[in-house]
Amino acid sequence: MALPDGMSHPDHFELFGLAPRFAIDLDALERAYKDVQSRVHPDRFASGTAAERRVAMQWATRANEAYSTLRSPQKRAAYLVERAGVPINAETNTAMPPAFLMQQMEWREALDDARSDPAALDDVRRTMNGEREELIAAIERAIDETRDHAQAAALVRQLMFVDRFASEIGHADEAIHAPRASA
Amino acid sequence: MALLQIAEPGQSVEPHRHRLAVGIDLGTTNSLVATVRNSIPVVLDDTEGRSLLPSVVRFHPDGTAEVGYPAHRHQSVDPRNTVVSVKRFMGRGMRDVEHIENMPYDFVDAPGMLQLRTAAGVKSPVEVSAEILKLLRKRAEQALGGDLVGAVITVPAYFDDAQRQATKDAARLAGLNVLRLLNEPTAAAVAYGLDHGAEGIYAVYDLGGGTFDVSILKLSRGVFEVLSTGGDSALGGDDFDHRLFCWVIEHSRVLPLSPQDSRLLMVKAREAKERLSAEPEVRINAVLSTGEVVDVSLTSEEFARMTTSLVDKTLASSRKAVADAGLRVTDINGVVMVGGATRMPHLRRAVAKFFGQTPLTNIDPDKVVALGAAVQANLLAGNRAPGDDWLLLDVIPLSLGLETMGGLTEKIIPRNSTIPVARAQEFTTFRDGQTAIAIHVVQGERELVSDCRSLARFELRGIPPMAAGAARVRVTFQVDADGLLSVGAQEMSSGAHASIAVKPSYGLSDDEVARMLQESFGAADSDMHARELREQLVEAQRLEEATRAALAADGDLLGEDERVEVELLLAALGQAALGNDPASIKRAIEALAHGTDEFAARRMDRSIRAALSGRRVDEVAGATVPAK
Repeated sequence: MALPDGMSHPDHFELFGLAPRFAIDLDALERAYKDVQSRVHPDRFASGTAAERRVAMQWATRANEAYSTLRSPQKRAAYLVERAGVPINAETNTAMPPAFLMQQMEWREALDDARSDPAALDDVRRTMNGEREELIAAIERAIDETRDHAQAAALVRQLMFVDRFASEIGHADEAIHAPRASA
Repeated sequence: MALLQIAEPGQSVEPHRHRLAVGIDLGTTNSLVATVRNSIPVVLDDTEGRSLLPSVVRFHPDGTAEVGYPAHRHQSVDPRNTVVSVKRFMGRGMRDVEHIENMPYDFVDAPGMLQLRTAAGVKSPVEVSAEILKLLRKRAEQALGGDLVGAVITVPAYFDDAQRQATKDAARLAGLNVLRLLNEPTAAAVAYGLDHGAEGIYAVYDLGGGTFDVSILKLSRGVFEVLSTGGDSALGGDDFDHRLFCWVIEHSRVLPLSPQDSRLLMVKAREAKERLSAEPEVRINAVLSTGEVVDVSLTSEEFARMTTSLVDKTLASSRKAVADAGLRVTDINGVVMVGGATRMPHLRRAVAKFFGQTPLTNIDPDKVVALGAAVQANLLAGNRAPGDDWLLLDVIPLSLGLETMGGLTEKIIPRNSTIPVARAQEFTTFRDGQTAIAIHVVQGERELVSDCRSLARFELRGIPPMAAGAARVRVTFQVDADGLLSVGAQEMSSGAHASIAVKPSYGLSDDEVARMLQESFGAADSDMHARELREQLVEAQRLEEATRAALAADGDLLGEDERVEVELLLAALGQAALGNDPASIKRAIEALAHGTDEFAARRMDRSIRAALSGRRVDEVAGATVPAK
């Protein structure tokens, strides 16, 4: 897409008029996102020219990409860390502190034991959520206060583990509530 | 409403000109067409005052098709040539359709999508659906007194790419300009939300004849944001009929049934289901062609019992949709019921119990989707009235993925991503000198490729010979606002464009649509020519108006030379439109569209700048006063 000067690469924060910090006002983000979409969405150009419709789709796609990145603590943190020139390397750098790995193993055992017990599953979820909040707070300090992006990258890799675990809890929850097989 | 109203490019329509646009609910059992008249959405009735059109098409040996009530009446007499519930076959192969063994049709297994052999020849589900759409288009054009600018066609939210593409093809085949494919629950939410000025989190529970959808939406400040959607594109009121049908056969021991008797008992089962919504017990009587008599009675409790597992399936989907939205059931402010099948009292009770509140049913569940679609069509056609400033943000229902080693799926766009959405993925070669890469795109949540829906196979060719792993091919997957996928590819390291060969697993090429359109007009070449000419003239006028409006609003974005070029292209189009050659008008349209491409990008940029400047938006050229 050909873009005029100065607008070729507005980053995700610029697009929504937000300061590039980890701590963001999610309501302001949502308002800004909807404001941008209400201007660029293809529905606004449904009776426009083919070129307008195509460009609208591209801008709306970018706004969705930016919103989904900034809305998620994990993706927002990764975006800020990489923006500062530090790669996350989630695939290649799998080194984790031993204590974190131990905790992950304990969680997994607890999850396996809770697969048919909704109350136990809720306990696992509560524990996970508490740890996740602490991890996010640590990421916020590393990015916004100490500006230690290498430290932040390591924490983001841990958060990726925790988020994956959260989705496994979701699958387990679904399985508990699935209707019994019947004809 | 806190949204600001901006004079939008392409939206500047003279207030006195109302563009004719309709919303069409292409349902499994019934279809409807609706429009906005004097700011009020209304369903358009047939000449006998009936708003529902049974989605039934009967084909005759002379090649003609009968649609709606007359076809519906003959379904037991001529079941093989009378297609009911064709929506279940859209974008589907034979192995995808449940209970296919009970159906009276002569199926032809074609790659991607099955076909039906009828007295009028082999028909694809796309052609059958097009017959329904053609009739609705005629109904609308007669009622409104002119050609339609376009239509919004609704699809189940849970429809995959193949089913959506088939629906769009059917609409094109029926001569409709598709403004948007709109998800049925979202359409219903629009009808309810605008009617009630609702704010908050809503669940739309939509059980149609053959499909089930549940969508969770957030309504705030004029934006309808779909947070998640779930469902089953092969579960609907038909399945409740089928349970009842099986029960009747079991209790009257009349197997084997002829196709006629089978259809007769299906009709009786459906009638019984409908009566059970008002009566505690019903009797089912029929005399079969063999002389056997069916006479059984059924209580509503028994009916509820035999269909519990179907209801449970819908509730499991609902639970999943709520969880996918990151919410709890208690967060839901309201539940909207859509679809004729939601009239079943035991279903309403189950839904009320699950959500802990009485569902909203005050808009006719058969009409609410068409009404919402009409409202959206009116907006998309450019008939925006002051205050009509809402936006729909919808999602894709099923993840898009790629086949990787060992027949496994790698997800590239997760389900519930807001559309339009795009992802780029890089591929490399694994052999020295390899010049092509095969890519298989699938849709679904399962890990094995064989459990997902195959969407397309691509071959990237013309990669310069390099060492293994050196080539970098960037493939972009774009899902548009209709939820339809397109793919582009480029080789990055050499700058060479890899050619891309698309072999869709389904869907029609433009040539096929043109051929089918030609065939449907038969020998009447002059009709075809007149129609093409009219279509091109409408398009030419539309583009000319849009371009002139753009020049008036943002002409300052063009340099002197550029402006002259656009004016020349406009003049050439005006000249072509004076003649009667559709092809030359089409060429002029394409030239103008191409020549204003860059202009459109700059105007969009200006619009985005306005958004970025936030509260100072009123200082930006082209902006008007805030609404309300």
